Amino acid sequence: MRGSKDIFALVDCNNFYASCERVFSPKLQGRPIVVLSNNDGCIVARSNEAKALGIGMGVPAFEVEDVIRKNGVEVFSSNYALYADMSSRVMQTLSAFAPEIEIYSIDEAFFNLAGFNCALTDYGRRIRQTVKQWTGMPVTIGIARTKTLTKIANRTAKKSVKANGVLDLTDSPYLNKVLTETPVEKVWTVGIRTALKLKGAGIETALGLRDADIGWIRQKFGVVGVRTVYELRGISCYPLEQNPPVKKSIVVSRMFGKPVESIEELKEAIASYASRAGEKLRGQGLAAGVMTVYVTTSRFIENRYFNSHTVTFAVATNDTIELIRGACRCIGRLYHKGCAFKKCGIIFNGLVPEDQIQEGLFDNVDRLKSQRLMRAIDTINSRLNSPLQWAAEGLAQSWKVRFKRRSNRYTTRWDELPEVAWGDA
Amino acid sequence: MKTKAEVIYMPDLSTKYRQSLFEAKVSAGFPSPAADYEEDKLDLNRYLIKNPAATFFVRVTGYSMMGAGIYSGDLLVVDRSLEPRDKSVVIAVIDGELTVKRIRIGKKKIALEPENENYSVQQITEDTDFQVWGVVTNVIHAL
Repeated sequence: MRGSKDIFALVDCNNFYASCERVFSPKLQGRPIVVLSNNDGCIVARSNEAKALGIGMGVPAFEVEDVIRKNGVEVFSSNYALYADMSSRVMQTLSAFAPEIEIYSIDEAFFNLAGFNCALTDYGRRIRQTVKQWTGMPVTIGIARTKTLTKIANRTAKKSVKANGVLDLTDSPYLNKVLTETPVEKVWTVGIRTALKLKGAGIETALGLRDADIGWIRQKFGVVGVRTVYELRGISCYPLEQNPPVKKSIVVSRMFGKPVESIEELKEAIASYASRAGEKLRGQGLAAGVMTVYVTTSRFIENRYFNSHTVTFAVATNDTIELIRGACRCIGRLYHKGCAFKKCGIIFNGLVPEDQIQEGLFDNVDRLKSQRLMRAIDTINSRLNSPLQWAAEGLAQSWKVRFKRRSNRYTTRWDELPEVAWGDA
Repeated sequence: MKTKAEVIYMPDLSTKYRQSLFEAKVSAGFPSPAADYEEDKLDLNRYLIKNPAATFFVRVTGYSMMGAGIYSGDLLVVDRSLEPRDKSVVIAVIDGELTVKRIRIGKKKIALEPENENYSVQQITEDTDFQVWGVVTNVIHAL
């Protein structure tokens, strides 16, 4: 536990994906926007205007087709290149404002403002104004004694017009009022099941949880529950994490553009994911000991088929050749004739840093040679527009993901830059 | 008589021999007299981009800004962190469209000037839906 002098801030981008689209298409300002998941399947982001139309998070796009058409909702495929670039611009801008910053997700960052002897609300306004001017991204900032409280401050600031995007709850007379208005299931680290148990015991709000009996909390919810209660009381239990812990697993999975029925196409797809996953592993300096491959048919048909197969590598690896070989072996086990597969994926577990691999006594792979080959391929791919492919990935790739309504990759492709003209022709 | 293995030797893999893909030739003779005078390479990125987080590229279409040396197809380097001053070339949002203009900031009024006599000056009034998106710092024109 740390001293009570800690002051945290949480900077959260407003409707991040929709806001990215608006930076380069200002005419979308004030219009309802939704962004679709891979393969244009489900709704993964909504502007406030789209939320107001009652379009839910995560619903399949076809279920809300009518609402979309009737209200002229603007629909976009996910533009990951654009979102990732905009995220890094926002984080880069933020890093000038505090010596310590934790990038918590693509659109959120925690600050430590301990020792800042200025009016924190004004400082927050300046951060907000700068991020908006430099990157075009609107953000909301919550300031408080603990990370859990900054989450609540942020959520409240988003709903309040008066807050104007910044709410400081350190030593605030409104703290109790805000906690009363925060349902317990909206508290950070409180999951759905925990919330149900708490409500069963009559604890409905963040305030109720803050004032709960510590002994009872410890008995029912263990140390995580105790930490949450302390955090609500203004005692910080979660410091800033500047070096994210080594990942426990890596997943690469996609929906197919159209259902895949042949084993050849399925193998091509999994080889392509294995190749991508290999890049991911090497990019993070990791090697995998265990690989799980899964395949599934559509969720929306009868006789749904889902199956997975796991292989263990004798020596943890990040060599694409070995990964593809293993993945194709899994597909051989999983393939089921007559099924229309909609999705497949690879999950890596048993991750170890690549310089701490336990070597095998009877290992007959030349690890150094394979490492040099992978490094050469990664270097070449980082310089090419269309990367080198492994033969197993196939050429036609008719299973590939659809992004029919993706906007331009405005910041990462020469041929997709925003265009400007005189404008009143 | 059977041959028995008495000891199994483990290879020592704790160290790595790294070899780079391209190696400079090492000559055993007199060292290069130029080696002490190495300087940084000239980097156009650093020359053109002062604030990477706030810098964007846009592509021009049309000839309204020819007089400023900006032609159709040119690439503009736009820095959003700069404040526009009188006579700055800016990317302006007008009625939701991104446009390129020379901005004139007077005591009481703002106007947007073309750099081509076939176009006319645009006065900004209270009713104009107008916003400066960024300030153009450089134009990249292929010959």
